[in-house]
Amino acid sequence: MRLELVKRPQRSALFSTISPLIALVLTMAAGAIMFSVLGKNPLDALYYYFIDPLRETWSLHELAVKAAPLILIAVGLSVCFLSNNWNIGAEGQFIAGAIAGGILPVVFPDFQNGLVLPLMLLMGFAGGAAYAAVPAFLKARFNTNEILTSLMLVYVAQLFLDWLVRGPWRDPGGMNFPETRDFHAFAILPELMPSAGRAHWGIVFAIVAALVLWFVLRKTLTGFEIRVLGQSPRAGRFAGFSAPRMVMIAFLISGGLAGLAGISEVAGAIGQLQPSISPGYGFTAIIVAFLGRLNPLGIVAAGFVLALSYLGGEAAQISIGLSDKAARAFQGMLLFFVLGCDTLIHYRIRLAGRAPTARGEAAQNV
Amino acid sequence: MEAKRDGEAGGLLEVRGLTKIFGALTACDRIDLSIGRGEIHALLGENGAGKSTFVKMLFGALEPAAGTIEWKGERVSIPTPGAARRLGIGMVFQHFSLFEALTAAENIMLSLDEKAPIMQIAERARELSKAYGLPLDPFAHVGDLSVGERQRIEIIRCLLQKPDLIILDEPTSVLTPQEADKLFETLETLRDEGKSILYISHRLEEVKRLCDRATVLRHGKVVGHCDPRQETAASLARMMVGNDVEAVKRPADSAGAHETLLEVTGLNRPAANPFAVPLRDINLSLRAGAVLGIAGVAGNGQGELFEALSGEALQDVAAAVRIRGKAAGRLSISGRRLLGAAFVPEERLGHGAAPYMRLSENLLLSRHATDGKTLLGPLGTVRNGALTAAAERIVTAMDVRMSGANPEAAALSGGNLQKFIIGRELDRQPAVLIVNQPTWGVDAGAAARIRQALIDLARSGSAVLVISQDLDELFEISDAIAVMHDGRLSSPLPIAEATFERIGLLMGGAAPEHHVGEAVETA
Repeated sequence: MRLELVKRPQRSALFSTISPLIALVLTMAAGAIMFSVLGKNPLDALYYYFIDPLRETWSLHELAVKAAPLILIAVGLSVCFLSNNWNIGAEGQFIAGAIAGGILPVVFPDFQNGLVLPLMLLMGFAGGAAYAAVPAFLKARFNTNEILTSLMLVYVAQLFLDWLVRGPWRDPGGMNFPETRDFHAFAILPELMPSAGRAHWGIVFAIVAALVLWFVLRKTLTGFEIRVLGQSPRAGRFAGFSAPRMVMIAFLISGGLAGLAGISEVAGAIGQLQPSISPGYGFTAIIVAFLGRLNPLGIVAAGFVLALSYLGGEAAQISIGLSDKAARAFQGMLLFFVLGCDTLIHYRIRLAGRAPTARGEAAQNV
Repeated sequence: MEAKRDGEAGGLLEVRGLTKIFGALTACDRIDLSIGRGEIHALLGENGAGKSTFVKMLFGALEPAAGTIEWKGERVSIPTPGAARRLGIGMVFQHFSLFEALTAAENIMLSLDEKAPIMQIAERARELSKAYGLPLDPFAHVGDLSVGERQRIEIIRCLLQKPDLIILDEPTSVLTPQEADKLFETLETLRDEGKSILYISHRLEEVKRLCDRATVLRHGKVVGHCDPRQETAASLARMMVGNDVEAVKRPADSAGAHETLLEVTGLNRPAANPFAVPLRDINLSLRAGAVLGIAGVAGNGQGELFEALSGEALQDVAAAVRIRGKAAGRLSISGRRLLGAAFVPEERLGHGAAPYMRLSENLLLSRHATDGKTLLGPLGTVRNGALTAAAERIVTAMDVRMSGANPEAAALSGGNLQKFIIGRELDRQPAVLIVNQPTWGVDAGAAARIRQALIDLARSGSAVLVISQDLDELFEISDAIAVMHDGRLSSPLPIAEATFERIGLLMGGAAPEHHVGEAVETA
């Protein structure tokens, strides 16, 4: 007995649309089981996870703070994934953007005027894009596997940041704590409504980026180019589009947006560089991108859902003593169910009979 | 039914009411068919008539919705290809499933249900190849073999299972006339041994020559059983299509000096990968008003030539390819399109069209550079209204049949998609049209329409280059035929001097180029 995936003749339009919702429900169900196994009341846990953080204004602001980097990174990733470029290194590009943007307030603290913040944002974007250009160039030129190269560069970026804040960029007046000096006032990304909560301009950048990329992907020839090269590279070449050029474009856009997310996070939410500036936004954004069906508008919604899982994780940790690892497990289950639902829309499962014949069939059915 | 052999020596296969439904489409509608022992039975039908679906049900690749299959007098169900093979049904597919990097024997071993040492398999393959006149070296790498030789591997692989019924799907579409003759001899030997053959083809002449009985399908239904030898090609075609297929008309090319629109001089291209054919010193020149056919067995560099001409592969020397007098060798495919050239590649899905994009989007695929003014708006936005209108225009002009408005390319049958892809380029009135395999796997009605469109385009003052493995087609539409063999192109033979034998010999690589050149000069 053996499981086989058989392609369905038709995709169901209905299930294609609601598949993210099904995945969410399944995640909650699986999460409830996980909580009971951990000895918690599953209803309580789900309440603290998904309802409690939505009850107060300040915590809605927190939601926006967490959603901003997720959405910014994920809309960039959607360009990559649609064009069949598997950028797994957004976490590294996020850090590279934060470092590049942090040069001004950390290394030149006396340079203080209204130009600083725009320059920081630009440098953040450029830093992330430059960092993404490395795997992109290696793929376009030498046909290396971008999944490996982009992922490995994440660890390089993390360790480089760690070294910077413990070494050359350590705050001289900071009692030897591994962190840079606080960003000065001109280098801080302003909060939207300071009296109500901490949400800063990052969420605005994220939504603008989503709208712009939605327009590009849906309405323009460039969007068409991205989709054609992703779906059928040979047809794309026939159309006169260049795959290597698209590798660069996709990585530069997604790296740039990840970099912008990075500098927005440190200039907005944190206010300095620390050894760790991200709870894995770059990786969680992969889930966001798929939960949002690689559609920038869907990604905005998905970004808030995943942001909620971060907040809920914290809330559940405080109120009922759940491990903070539960949030990660939650996110992992969500990605699992999203991809599982998508697969089952395209394929159905068949129990195949005796295994020995299967080899021959596979060869003949190609 | 008129069948004479019913009951003779007992029926081997008796199919009744076999039905398969895909969504709203009834691909096979209550199909009856019987095959006796020692019979070559033709299954005729246009593309999309349900032949492949029917055969896949017999071979266990699809599950019927209704109907019964009786095999040697017993009712059976065939859930998997493995089950079909155990019953004694073997199949040779139109598209081979061989690993190029492995040897013939290794490929055979991979598909066998039983486990046997490779030497033993090679020995059995060698015996079979001798017995049936299918010369084959079991230790040759598939990548080095011609298409005809690859087909022999498939046939031997099928024969090794000792089937009583062999299903062949369009087997001669990839063979030279001489190779096809050899295959017919093999099939006749098999028949004389009492094996039965279900032969799928759209080539009526060979069905008339080879087959004892025929079943004709149209729109998923059996429209008749007949003895093909008693029929004419025209009467068979009428049964398949439902009405008369219009003969392609080729008006005389108006004489006089026409400007040369496409010129290729000393084109060389090294092999891009170990399985590609290098192009060697290709020369051709094509003037307005003419159709030049390029014949050749598959895998002799036609695909590589198409890529070089289309600009998907660039030349080192700009002057190697001239389109309307302009050196185009360094121009991309879009640049060449802007000079007035249009291209139709061999593969429809995945090359000429993106399978999961709608027809209107597939229109944009090849037209965004040349028709930017009408199809694109400000900021590079795509004007969906203009696209849909243009796609509808093409659908009407080429009589593309489809379910629903603006479907995905993959939802169209091969013939209809090909009509759309050719129509997409004709709609531009290109000065130069380069087509690879214009009617490959396309039904008779659609093929006639496509061929007529190509001739009409040429006669309206364009130059048309047709690469094809279908000799009948080339003889029907070309003003001259050149042959590709091993990456070289022969001089063109004017159609009046070309015969099947001469072209067939060139396809086999028998006659060196200069002979042909002399022949043309002396003619």
